[in-house]
Amino acid sequence: MGDPRIGIIEERLKGVNRIVAVSSGKGGVGKSLIASTLALTLARRGYEVGLFDLDFTSPSTHVILGVEGLQPREEKGIIPPQVYGLKYMSIVYYSGEYVSPLRGADVSNALIELLAITRWDNLDFLIVDMPPGISDATLDVIRLVKRIEFVVITTPSRLAFETVRKLISLLSELGIPIMGVIENMKMKESRFIQQQIEGRGIKFWGDIPFDTELEEAIGDVNKLLATQFSKKLGEIEKLKA
Amino acid sequence: MHEWALAEAVISTVSQIAEKEDLKEVAEVKIKVGELQQIELDILEFALSQLKTSKLKNVKFHIKTVKAELKCRVCGCKWIFRKEKINEEVAEAIHFIPEIAHTYIKCPKCGSPDFEIVKGRGIWLESVRGLR
Repeated sequence: MGDPRIGIIEERLKGVNRIVAVSSGKGGVGKSLIASTLALTLARRGYEVGLFDLDFTSPSTHVILGVEGLQPREEKGIIPPQVYGLKYMSIVYYSGEYVSPLRGADVSNALIELLAITRWDNLDFLIVDMPPGISDATLDVIRLVKRIEFVVITTPSRLAFETVRKLISLLSELGIPIMGVIENMKMKESRFIQQQIEGRGIKFWGDIPFDTELEEAIGDVNKLLATQFSKKLGEIEKLKA
Repeated sequence: MHEWALAEAVISTVSQIAEKEDLKEVAEVKIKVGELQQIELDILEFALSQLKTSKLKNVKFHIKTVKAELKCRVCGCKWIFRKEKINEEVAEAIHFIPEIAHTYIKCPKCGSPDFEIVKGRGIWLESVRGLR
């Protein structure tokens, strides 16, 4: 007859004010770093924030945050641990350092399970680090999380933008809100991406220069928040609103 | 107490179905529980009884367990998941997210993690019956 877990998802998310998917058509554009830094920045500004790593086969936000040895608490479901002021949820609590080779249907099932049993309680923002592309996880988030909004990440590369263009088309066709697009890893002056985005009637949130120091800050939240990358992300006016 | 969250999901979904089907009272709910998720039936039943709404006050829950059948996508080998063959930590991880089985369990014949959970994954609503 049916999967009972789906019927509880909206209830689980009812205390979350805004649910923001950080997404891109391509991998390697900085989604996880932007999702993590965005979540940390909002938390430091006094908001209640959750971070949910939905990249089940290749999770990385735990490395960015330097999270080790934590486990969610069990209480009529699971309660994400607090990490640097964030309620943080990732499949790595269960898969550890091992590989999780999941096909699409498995990704969907794991996603439904975690949405059905995770108790986020009250949050101003739930930031969702999405896997790249337009496959099961993206389609499931659109299907199951009715209030989802997207922040789309691209790089200046036309290769990245070619995939982002398709993601934007899909979201626009489905009427899913796109809060804005961030151009990450910018290395020289060009208005190509901005023009392409604004030409589609979508907000261009700004660009973030390629930061050669960023790699050194991975795993250390204080260092991460002191990078030019984080400062530039924090300057995006829309985040301040 | 993961069972409690799943019981809430059952009650919520049954209530939605009752609403949609215009049922005054729900008489019987049949649930299948796959063995891969290792749900504690006592806890599930207790949680269901505690979470009953007024429309469900006389409901009978029928819970049937289903063996977890796995099939390798590479060599076609079929086998049944047995909790006794894995350690407690892995069992608990699979309890929370059954797909974590792909992290720790391999095909007994060829060693591939690329297998299908043919049946017996987790909780499933089989039928809801009631009075209009």
